[in-house]
Amino acid sequence: MANKLQQKYPEIIEGVLARYPSKKSAILPLMHLAQEEYGHMSQQAMADVAEIVAVSPTHVLSLAGFYTLFYEEPVGKYVLEVCVDLACALRGADEFVEMASRKLGIGPDETTEDGLFTLKKVMCLAACDKAPMLQCNLKYVENLDEEKFDALIEQLRAEAATGEEQEKPVDNILSFAKE
Amino acid sequence: MAHILLRHRDIEDLHKLDVYLENGGYEGFRQCLQEHEPGEVIDIIKKANIRGRGGAGFPAGIKWGFIPKDSARTYIVINADESETGTFKDRELLEGNPHQVLEGALIAAYAVGAHAIYCYFRGEFMDAAANFEQALKDAYAQNWLGEDIQGSGFSCDAYSSYGAGAYICGEETALLASLQGDLGQPWSKPPFPAQAGLYGEPTVVNNVETLANVPPVIVNGPEWYLAMGTEDSPGVKVVCLSGHVNRPGNYEVEFGITYRELIFGEEYGGGIRDGKEFKALLPSGGSGPVVVADALDAPLSFDGLKPYDSLMGSASMIVMDEDTDMVWAAMKMIHFFRHESCGKCTPCREGTYWLEQVIVDVLEGRGTEKDIKLLEDVASNMQGKCLCALGEFATSPILSTIRHFPEEYLAHVRAGERPEGTEIEEVARATAPA
Repeated sequence: MANKLQQKYPEIIEGVLARYPSKKSAILPLMHLAQEEYGHMSQQAMADVAEIVAVSPTHVLSLAGFYTLFYEEPVGKYVLEVCVDLACALRGADEFVEMASRKLGIGPDETTEDGLFTLKKVMCLAACDKAPMLQCNLKYVENLDEEKFDALIEQLRAEAATGEEQEKPVDNILSFAKE
Repeated sequence: MAHILLRHRDIEDLHKLDVYLENGGYEGFRQCLQEHEPGEVIDIIKKANIRGRGGAGFPAGIKWGFIPKDSARTYIVINADESETGTFKDRELLEGNPHQVLEGALIAAYAVGAHAIYCYFRGEFMDAAANFEQALKDAYAQNWLGEDIQGSGFSCDAYSSYGAGAYICGEETALLASLQGDLGQPWSKPPFPAQAGLYGEPTVVNNVETLANVPPVIVNGPEWYLAMGTEDSPGVKVVCLSGHVNRPGNYEVEFGITYRELIFGEEYGGGIRDGKEFKALLPSGGSGPVVVADALDAPLSFDGLKPYDSLMGSASMIVMDEDTDMVWAAMKMIHFFRHESCGKCTPCREGTYWLEQVIVDVLEGRGTEKDIKLLEDVASNMQGKCLCALGEFATSPILSTIRHFPEEYLAHVRAGERPEGTEIEEVARATAPA
């Protein structure tokens, strides 16, 4: 079986494995890499990771189910995760997510037809003083209101149209400390 | 007063190694390497009584002292899984002052003879961790990490690692399980991490803010630290203020300041938004009981809220105004705990599920007075029976809101029979006992 992840990122994978005395410890960082590559935790993504760290694909599946950042279904190019926990809700997060939902024409956990946006309601993101807020592909966007949300969506649509790639947070976690 | 922890607010670009070094950075670690035996370092931290800032308040020096002296492999783990509702202090420290956190971890490593440090970030911090990742690289490049650090003969590596969205991984044994590539589920203690932690080896797990306190204590001495704060809680604390205050944010304060000052003081929260009245405070994020106005003159300290049956925890203050529906607030919290319960032990998994089911019924007017009793019954049956603190915490918002605001629960129950369009408050007034 061709292991696309191994073939495409041999050095990154080696670097991640080298951080730990046990291969299995590399599993979450490599799942992040796999999700970046495949778009979500597909069967193939999980099989690739399982082979690299020498565990059963079932173990990878159990982690994908347990940890909320792993998407078991395909998601849009931009995943918008709005915190609706108590501290944010006291500053209007529930109303904000309803507005976002209405504007995008999708409910929570749904993806727009053009495949650009997935909307999610999530638990505390450690930005309670800057609510309403969201993470867009894990980047913080804070102190939001309707106007700023419109501007964000417009900017992301424009970015998607030009095909320009932004720096991705996942690059941080795969840059090894010891070079 | 200049900040001790949030120093990046006083010094521009403090996250850069050269700026950190110009401003006394790594001086505490250098002093340890050159002037102190490891045992002396533990004694200094014990004497200063730096208590755990993750919320539990366990003295860091005592924790370090538990590590056996003869272990070949020992680990330091930085708990950067900050996920408590209302908490956002560690993120600011990691972004603004990452070297101080790393220096604290290196001092801990030297004190207990650890050969490696792991910083476990919650997955959502991937972007926020960029400065810390850079700090690791720069520290290696200038030999503050790696082999024979600054010619001292002491060697230590440091790595970052990432979770993927699970509040429970802030619990130390769940964190270690996650770091080993397993489900983030706690294990039953003993064994404690100091005996058998990461990969079965002795391990110290310390919160980000706890470690940030360490370097200034080494440089200035324990007496300097003990002169700040209160007797049982010396030093400074970063308080996270959120909710209905005018100026939400992180504030570094000496322990002993009152909750009233933090909420209403012009330097801090600046009072309640829109000129409203204060109603209630969750002093420790979701994990502690709610308190009302009578507690506001209590001092900020680990035990300051004991007389009010609550606790400081990580000092994540969620402030609520007079219009807040407390049943709704309790529902929000139990929803959080139900979502984050790891599912390993039955009282927590089942208890949080049923608490959410019942409180949603009450909130939406489908409940009866019996359901309020049922909430109390389920919550009190969880207490003392869960594997870790999460299940215990989950009961606090329910029991404390029922205790302080029974009339709001009754109003929701009675509103179930209200004619359409009647406000809950009207029903409450109409049905309140004379």
